[in-house]
This record gives sequence, structure tokens and C-alpha cells, in this order.
Amino acid sequence: MPDQTPVPGRIRLAPEPPTPPDGGRRGFLRRAAALSGGVVAAGAALAPARAAAEDKTALVPDWSKTLGAPVLTAPYGVPSRFEASVRRRESPGLTRTPHSSVSFTPLQNLFGIITPSGLHFERHHAGIPDIDPFAHRLMVHGMVKAPRMFTMDDIIRFPSVSRVHFIECGANTGMEWGNVAVPTVQFSHGMLACSEWTGVLLSTLLDEVGVDRKAAKFVLAEGSDGAALTRTVPIEMALDDVIVAYGQNGEMLRPEQGYPLRLLVPGVQGVSSVKWLRRIEVGDQPWYTREESLHYVDLLPGGVHRQFTWIQEAKSVITSPSGGQVILDKGYHQITGFAWSGRGKIRRVDVSTDGGRNWRTAKLQEPVHTKSLTRFRIDWNWDGGPALLQSRAVDDTGYVQPALRQLRAVRGTRSIYHNNAIQTWRVEATGEVSNVQVL
Amino acid sequence: MSRCSEAPRAVVSPKGPGVVAVAGVYAALVAVLVALPVLAAEPKAAPKYGFGQAPTAEQVAAWDIDVRPDGKGLPPGRGTVAEGQAIYDVKCASCHGTFGESTDYMAIAGGVGSLKTDQPMRTTGSKLAHATTLWDYINRAMPFTNPKTLTPNEVYALTAYVLHLSDILPADAALDRESLPKLKLPNRDGFTTDHGFMRRDGKPDVMNTLCMTNCGGEVRLSSEYPDYARDSHGNLAEQTRDLGPVEGTGASRGTRSGSTVAAAGAPATAAPAKPAAAADPAAMVKQAGCTACHAVASRVVGPGFREIAAKYAGDGSAEAKLAAKVRSGGVGAWGQIPMPPQAQVKEADARTMVQWILGGAK
Repeated sequence: MPDQTPVPGRIRLAPEPPTPPDGGRRGFLRRAAALSGGVVAAGAALAPARAAAEDKTALVPDWSKTLGAPVLTAPYGVPSRFEASVRRRESPGLTRTPHSSVSFTPLQNLFGIITPSGLHFERHHAGIPDIDPFAHRLMVHGMVKAPRMFTMDDIIRFPSVSRVHFIECGANTGMEWGNVAVPTVQFSHGMLACSEWTGVLLSTLLDEVGVDRKAAKFVLAEGSDGAALTRTVPIEMALDDVIVAYGQNGEMLRPEQGYPLRLLVPGVQGVSSVKWLRRIEVGDQPWYTREESLHYVDLLPGGVHRQFTWIQEAKSVITSPSGGQVILDKGYHQITGFAWSGRGKIRRVDVSTDGGRNWRTAKLQEPVHTKSLTRFRIDWNWDGGPALLQSRAVDDTGYVQPALRQLRAVRGTRSIYHNNAIQTWRVEATGEVSNVQVL
Repeated sequence: MSRCSEAPRAVVSPKGPGVVAVAGVYAALVAVLVALPVLAAEPKAAPKYGFGQAPTAEQVAAWDIDVRPDGKGLPPGRGTVAEGQAIYDVKCASCHGTFGESTDYMAIAGGVGSLKTDQPMRTTGSKLAHATTLWDYINRAMPFTNPKTLTPNEVYALTAYVLHLSDILPADAALDRESLPKLKLPNRDGFTTDHGFMRRDGKPDVMNTLCMTNCGGEVRLSSEYPDYARDSHGNLAEQTRDLGPVEGTGASRGTRSGSTVAAAGAPATAAPAKPAAAADPAAMVKQAGCTACHAVASRVVGPGFREIAAKYAGDGSAEAKLAAKVRSGGVGAWGQIPMPPQAQVKEADARTMVQWILGGAK
């Protein structure tokens, strides 16, 4: 069959509207294959805009016959105008006000493991404050010998570290506990991002103020936004790898990521990485703040809530192909996505194309960082038939990412947070990929 | 990172408010410190780097606003349910509903005792374990558009009234720093820390196996994204980069993105991003937070924009009147739920938004 010839990376276009009621892509693919022997004839079947562009490729393109734009056309730099589809998005109806809301990272369009700072998901509880870094202070006090107010100059002067870590909202994939609720990976898994964070270790600051290592059991982190968001962090994490961060991917934090200062608690649900950080208090009890008592608590069958569910357990998701996409050709494709664990490093990722019956082990992008997104890739030859794509992460504690039914058996369907179930994408013979759940 | 599932876990006693018995963990830490006397030594009196200033007592008092379940951090003050109602009706009801029933945000009243039933209602009243959590949150974060403007007396009063709305406190109750931490709330035993999420080496509650071939039984679909909801999150054709072996699927099945259709015949291969308009009233209305209470067509907490346009059609003075009302607040025109003042909105912006609303919010 000529239409089974693999043609990697070739873009095939859908027909222009109006679409025949029974036609759609499936009919188009069949007709196009029959007409062209597997290679779509330019002009005949392509949308006019793209056809015109393809015609140009046969000649000397316009942009090579003229001067381009000068340096400093964009002093900071912006993506190509053809990348307009790659942006954060809100999930319609999820929240009542955009000031206490969330926007999702377009995971489906990312390469590698670093999330561009402008695409890092947002979660604010009272909007984005506009903070003057020269007026900003960090107070560290409580069960310490010498409480201190630090300026940003002070903070940046301390010995710094740069580390790659993910941030995942505890409620990521929370809409999908009971059933499929959103169409794409941007909305199902997009409260997730990964950056290289630069700052001073919280342990450095705590030692500087003389933390009472015997009595101290928890620290409180507080933001200086309208919500003055507060979270309790256990002292063993605070003295381990928690960063008081001012840098993200080589530049200062973006305002929506906490400019000029935020906490970064690696591997812990994102709400603990308090943005616009203004205060660290050392104490011997948790504070039971609103964001660890009324929200970010996990309701179990029987009516009891789990409290202080900090760790984000190992999880993975395929980002290409993924829900809301169309695979354009049979033949070679690379299945790729992210895996991550709040307990350490990803050790291994397996991929299934038949809904979890059979698995193959994917390649991991090196180096693998701890508590970081890890890119996995595996070759796949799509035969044009239906498929159910899944990925399954294993971290270096030996923990294996669970199936949704396993999570539901223990936690029911109402716990909102910590849904780290194996995700399934269905591929239909038309090439359409959609969000499904399997038992 | 080795896992140590035998390690004792931190447990929170369900009885006493905020009593944390962190058995074992810190004992282990102490053991380590004893074994390594160098680390166990008190930090040197002189800080290593010497950066920063000692905060003044005034700074600490102003910044250290947190309140724990044992009452540490509560300032002097007192408020009654009745006083709380008077404040609530003006500053809170517009979002939370007159009776705390609004589910636009998490409902604050009702549902007490429902969490253990088949129809759990997640409300402040049904979930709250410590009254200090409520006091602390109102004090630091409410009202939403003007946080940190309430006096301690007002916060005590509002806390009392919110608990009264859930029938936890009687109508003649009052709260102060002594009585508030002693309140025994209905859900005080409703939380557990008997789980593996508090520690990096905590024990998971669910564990999959590493089966590689012929795993499980027949694969059965239990849920799929419905076709009728295909465009619920916008035109998916515009949400995946067109380059590469996959592209976004259309809002109407089988068609390319609207942007390409719109650009048909244009020389570009994709429609460039539209530059943001200088003054887009619809965006301004969203930015200013108006949509928290107002929708375009329908009544939410406040009237829909088109209802407003219809009411003031032909009224030449409406624009100035309403623009002023946006900034100063008002009550009575649409019922007894007051609109809180939005003084942070600039006068010119208020005018622009009101013009847009009176023009039908199109």
C-alpha cells in the first residue's frame, strides 16, 4: 500500500471548510491517499495560505532577497510571530476571578526539560504584586538567636546555588479524579513547569540567624502579596535543599513567579514554594494556615482529610502525541514526554501503546536531575490503527507510578490533590488523539 | 536517596488543637547530633556573614501576623456576632452571599457534619478544625480587594459571625483572644497525618508493579472526552504548533485552525498574533476584577452588564454616575447586596469600562 510509506515530519493539511457532514479528516485522508499515492499534491489539497507558502519554497524566498530586521528590534527578544499558539491558557469556568486563578503551561509544545520563564504556569491567590526590589525585605525570625531583616542586596551577596527543579501544583490533574474532564495535556497536566533556580539555600540563612536546631521543627513561609499566603515547611526540608530563589533560567524571577524573591521547596506541591517571599518564622508547631487546612488537604472516603500532604509522588505524561492533536502520517513517530518525582530522581520510564498490556522502556535525557522534569523518548511506528498510549514512571526509591484505579481504590475520587495516575491518550485510525481513561 | 520505611512518622494528635507529637524523627535527629558533637554545638554567637539588620520591635510587631491554633499571635480585641454581621453585609456578602452560601468561591456556611456522608459539602464550616485558621486568614487576606484593612476587633467579630452562619456559635456569642483558641469545632477530628506525604522517605499508600508483558486483563475504556465538548477549551487547532508530525485538531472536526482559514490567500503561513489593543474594555473589566461578581449576559452576584445597559438606556447622565459608583461603591439599585468601592480603578478607566458596559458589553 503506497499510503503506508513512512514520511517523517511531513505536514498534511485538513480540507478547507465546509466539511462534508460525514467526511472530516478520515474521508480526507482516504481521498488524499488515493489521489496522491501517499504524497499530498501541493495546491490541490492544501489550504491556500499554506499552498502559497509551499509554492514559494520552490523559488528564492522573499526573506533572502532583502535586509532583515536590525539588532535590537526587540531588545529583550520575543518568539517568532509564527509561534503564537504557544502560550499559557486558562481553563474556562475553573475560577471566578482571574486574580485568584491558574494558567496552564503548554506542555504539548515544549522541548527538553526547561520551561521558558514566560510559559511557567501561574497560580496566584490575590493577583501579581508589583514589588520594588529595593524596598523588599526578608525577615527571618522566631526560634533563632539573631533575627534579621535582609535586603535583596544582602540576599544576593550570600553564597548562591543554581539547581534544576520542577514545580507542580498539588491540584495538577485534580479535575480528572472521577472522569475525563479536559481535552489536552496543557489542561490535564499543565500546572507543571521546570526551571533552573538560583538563590541562597534556606539552611544558609537559618544558620546565619542561629536557628535553634534542637527546638525548631517547622518554619512558616509568608508572601507579601495581598493574600500574604502562608505555608508550614518541616525543618528537615528547610535545612536540606530548600532555596530562597531570586533567579530563574538565568534572569531574575518573573513577577508572576514571585519577583524579586520566592521560596523553592523541591519536590513539594507548588503552594509551598511561596512567592513574593517576605518572612520566614522558625517554630515548633505547624501553623495550620488556611492553605493547609481548608485547601490543599486531601478528602478520603469516610470524610477524613489527609493534612500536610507535601510530597509530589512520581508521575509522568506523554506530551506528543497527546490529546487534541492529530497524527498526520503513518510510520515513524517519536513518543515523548515528561517524568518527575518529588522523592528523588527518575530511574526509568516505560511506555505502552496498547493501554498498559505491554510495555517498552524509553530513553531518558541525560543528565537526570533530582526532583526535576526528566524528558523521555521512545521510537514508535504507527501502523494507522487504534492505539492507547501510556507512560509509567519509576523513581530511585523504586516507587512505580500507579494506575488510576489503584489510586481510586485507596483514595476515592474526591481528594482533588495528588493525582499522579498513569495518563492514557487514545489514537484513532483517523490520527485523532484524545483524552480517555481505562480500567 | 534510600527509602527507610521503618522510620517513625510524624503524627498529629487528633485530640488537642495543634499538638504535634513528632515522635522519632527528631529523636533520630538528636541522636545524630549527639553522635556528631561538632554539629551539635550551638551556632557561634557571631553570624558567619554578618549581612542584614536586626529588625526593630516595631517591625516584628507589624510583620509577625500569623496565629497558631494555640492562640499564639492573637492580638487583644473582641467582637460579637452582631457586630460581625454589620461588617459582613457591607464587605463580604457581595462575594460570599448574604448567608455565606455562595459557591462562586468555597461556600463558607452550611454542610457541617456532611463530610462523612454520601454528599459531602466542602465549606469553611464543615472543614474547619481550628478557629485560629479562620481568624488568621480573614486578618491577612480579606476582603479580597482590600486585604489587611480590618481592625482586630473587626476580625474577631467577622470570625464570630462566620461561625454563627454555620450554627457553630449562637447569635449572642462574642470572641476574644482567650475564648477563640478554645472553641471546639465540629471537624476538629477530621484530619489525619497518618500518610507518607510528609517525608521524602514516607511510605506510599499505592504502589504499582513493573509488569512488562500481557499485563492485566482486557483493557476497557471507562471515560472519554465527549465530542460535543471538543471546543470547550477553545479551538484546539490553535493550541499545538503546526510544525512537526502532529498538529492541533479543529474545533469543528477535520478542519484546520480558524486562523489559517481567516488568512486564506494571505502570503503568510500562519496568522501572526494580534497586537494587544491599547484599551480593550473587556480585558480591563477582567483585569479590574469586575467579573468576580458581574457577567455579560446574566446576573451573578451583581447584575449582568447587559441588564445594566438596558436599565440605563437613554439616560445621558448614566456614564458619569456609574463611573463614580464603580469607584465609590453603591447599594440599592439592584438589591441589597452592596457593591464594594473599587477605589484602585482610575477614573478614566472606570469611564472606559462604563462606556463599554452601556454600549452592550460587546
